[in-house]
Amino acid sequence: MKGEKKKKIVKTIRIDVEKCNGCRACEVICSASHAEPKYSSNNPARARIRVICEPYKDIYVPVYAGDYAPAECAGRDKYTIDGKEYDECSFCRASCPSRDEFKEPDSGLPLKCDMCEGEDEPMCVKWCLADALVLEEREEEVDEEEEQEELAVGLESLADKYGLDKIIDTLTRLSKKE
Amino acid sequence: MRYAETGFNLEIDLTRGNIERVQTDPKDTELYLGGLGTNAKILWDRVPPEVEPFSPENLLIFGAGLLCGTPATGCNRTIVTTISPQTKLMAFSMMGGFWAPELKYAGYDKVILRGKSPDLIYLWINNDKVEIRDASHLQGKGSNETAQLIRQELNEPKAQVVSIGLAGENRVYYASIEQGRSSASRGGGGAVMGDKRVKAIVVRGTGDINIARPAEYFEQCNEVLEYIKWREDNPIPGVIPILSVLGSPQEMAIHDEKWHTENFSWGNARHRRREYWTEEIAKEWFDTLDSARTRLISCYNCPMKCGATITLPGLPTYMMKCFSKLTYTMAAMSNLKFGLTIAQRATEYGMDGYSTPQVMAFALELYENGILTDEDLPGLPSDNEEKFYWLIDKIVHREGIGDVLANGTYWAAKEIGKGAEEYAHNNIKKHEQLPLKLGMLNPIYFLMYCTGEKINITQIEGQFPQTPFPKREHREKFVKDWFQVPDDKFKQYFLDWEPRGENSMPYYPTVPMVCDIVDWMEQMHYIDDALGMCTGVSSFHLKPPYHIHNFPKFISAGAGIDMDEDKLTQATKRYRTLVRAINIRRGLRRKDEKPPETHWKKRFPELEAELLDSYYKLKGWNKEGIPTQESLVELGLDYVSEDFIQRKILTDGEGDTSKEISPEKEAE
Ligand code: SF4
Ligand code: SF4
Ligand code: SF4
Ligand code: SF4
Repeated sequence: MKGEKKKKIVKTIRIDVEKCNGCRACEVICSASHAEPKYSSNNPARARIRVICEPYKDIYVPVYAGDYAPAECAGRDKYTIDGKEYDECSFCRASCPSRDEFKEPDSGLPLKCDMCEGEDEPMCVKWCLADALVLEEREEEVDEEEEQEELAVGLESLADKYGLDKIIDTLTRLSKKE
Repeated sequence: MRYAETGFNLEIDLTRGNIERVQTDPKDTELYLGGLGTNAKILWDRVPPEVEPFSPENLLIFGAGLLCGTPATGCNRTIVTTISPQTKLMAFSMMGGFWAPELKYAGYDKVILRGKSPDLIYLWINNDKVEIRDASHLQGKGSNETAQLIRQELNEPKAQVVSIGLAGENRVYYASIEQGRSSASRGGGGAVMGDKRVKAIVVRGTGDINIARPAEYFEQCNEVLEYIKWREDNPIPGVIPILSVLGSPQEMAIHDEKWHTENFSWGNARHRRREYWTEEIAKEWFDTLDSARTRLISCYNCPMKCGATITLPGLPTYMMKCFSKLTYTMAAMSNLKFGLTIAQRATEYGMDGYSTPQVMAFALELYENGILTDEDLPGLPSDNEEKFYWLIDKIVHREGIGDVLANGTYWAAKEIGKGAEEYAHNNIKKHEQLPLKLGMLNPIYFLMYCTGEKINITQIEGQFPQTPFPKREHREKFVKDWFQVPDDKFKQYFLDWEPRGENSMPYYPTVPMVCDIVDWMEQMHYIDDALGMCTGVSSFHLKPPYHIHNFPKFISAGAGIDMDEDKLTQATKRYRTLVRAINIRRGLRRKDEKPPETHWKKRFPELEAELLDSYYKLKGWNKEGIPTQESLVELGLDYVSEDFIQRKILTDGEGDTSKEISPEKEAE
């Protein structure tokens, strides 16, 4: 597969933090539209977007869940923009052991934004009437690469947490039960 | 499974430090919905009329609305219910922000506080872990300051906090409960919280809220959102700016304050300043607001952003909502800059933005008229604005005269005597009102002022235009897409309403029409308060996205309760009547139901009596405003009627003309 070029629609959500009013409608609708069955429950702790809010510092940063990080990184960034000092990791998209963000509240499994595949439009964009989230699409030639599946990422994070052996043991045990 | 609601309340006995998670009866949800409705049921059942506001037996209930935490836009209200120290009646102030949904996600519909803690504490509700924690280090801290300190010490930046400031701790009768972005201010809930020695309630929740019929519910949500978008692009023409667009109202966004500054009264609700809004003032105020306001901010799951982050040089940032923008300014006959500045302090102290400025203006009027003297106000600064800062400090510390003023104008006037009562002239049921002094009686507003149980005009008005449109063609245009009306007759009422001539106020709308209009407006507020809906996208507005036709769908698809318009109307009537019953049991009668004496210059006593008679009748109340046995039984409130008979508030069989069995009875 390597080296092959392929046309791909790249979706970018342009985030305008200046326009964000902190309503968290994006979190609401993301969690509702990812519920099984769809819209059957609602819980922002399951959203794949988080609005980092620090009202008294006037900080509002919608952050999308990106890739799973097995460990905290050693070097972190701390931004100051327009005199506002942002906490460490404020702009990071990772589901990482350093924080609770982007993890299923019960299982601790990592969450990742899937751009609302299957919908006409990302739901968070649709529900953000403030236009703080705006979808942009463009065509690009990219190197094809297998996308890691959600299941694989989940397993990887479990493996990081418990060790691969233990997981294999458990799986074997479970499959024997059935 | 329970839908929309969690089915659990958190019962906290502060005296014994006992915490219980109690399952609620789904039947109660069907009968009283949630929020205000079920709050009222609990208050009726558990707080007898002998209980004083500052008694351990008084309850302080934080009820999340039935649909809070679901994706319904703008549904985020916490309804705070207690017995008010100021009015001695039921208070049910509500607040927006983020707290109610968080409570639902933590797994509870209500937090019910009873008893009194020996020491200052705060409650930490972290999903199913609930703790009572020491708050002695937070004593005297500001409300926002407290919230921030607690988030830090728990290392929970996402926890939502309601807290009181010094005013609540010192039981100032008009102390508020603050939540940063929002507050429950009217009626003194903050004082009761302080009396119970609870500095804050902190919540973090990461659980699910379930929806009974997801696809249907979501369709309703989407429709509402689409309509909100449409309304944003199509403001209602011919009405003042804050009524033309949705929001609660848009005081932080709108610069044009001509209407408020020229129509509302300044000082102690005294002076109309008709030519006040000059170009110069408009510019000055524009600059003030523009430089102080760093961002317009919303409550949970609502795009309306009617609050603002306010940062003034040298002062901590705070969030302002709504009309407190003007109340301090106008009470002090000052400018917007002063208003925004003192509101920062008042927010940290945790005080109601309507009552506080009025109490201070009242005190200064007493001083100007020799009723309060230098002896009462030792050290009062000479500068006008400094006087207000001086007074607000005295009040929250309950120092000297501040101790008297901390009880509000009604009780303060009584205590001061020497004719001070005449200066406490802007109250209804002992509670300070918006500073409005007008010419001729408006029959619609007359009824709302008299009978509004929340004792605050903004909490009953909405839906129907405040004044007739001058031209019939404008009226015709207005009614064209007015689908929110419960019945087409309302369109006709409005079409025929003229500014002058035969079909004008006070005799048009006619008495029965006025009763219908007020009943409708009130009903919509009561629905909001049970569901947790913000009135800024609902009952406060002309042509709102939520109305009597879609609410039943929200309730049935969301909570899985079989609901239609008639059933909803009946349920609303049930808990509305229960609110009245609680107050009747506490002594409320017709004599208390009157607007401030000076509200209108031109009054019509006979018409006013007729209005009250007819409205009471429509509500199923007798001439004293007491719900009749017949109407109570019809609503399934037999237990109220029995209590009334036992207490000799009603006589058995009196006025009971129909012996029909009600649908509720049959169902039993
Ligand atoms: S929906 Fe938009 S405005 Fe609201 S919090 Fe999310 S990004 Fe901000
Ligand atoms: S959240 Fe991001 S920046 Fe922070 S430690 Fe984890 S990976 Fe690094
Ligand atoms: S694009 Fe879809 S999955 Fe991603 S955060 Fe938005 S709503 Fe969630
Ligand atoms: S309309 Fe305004 S006050 Fe009401 S919920 Fe929305 S943002 Fe909050």
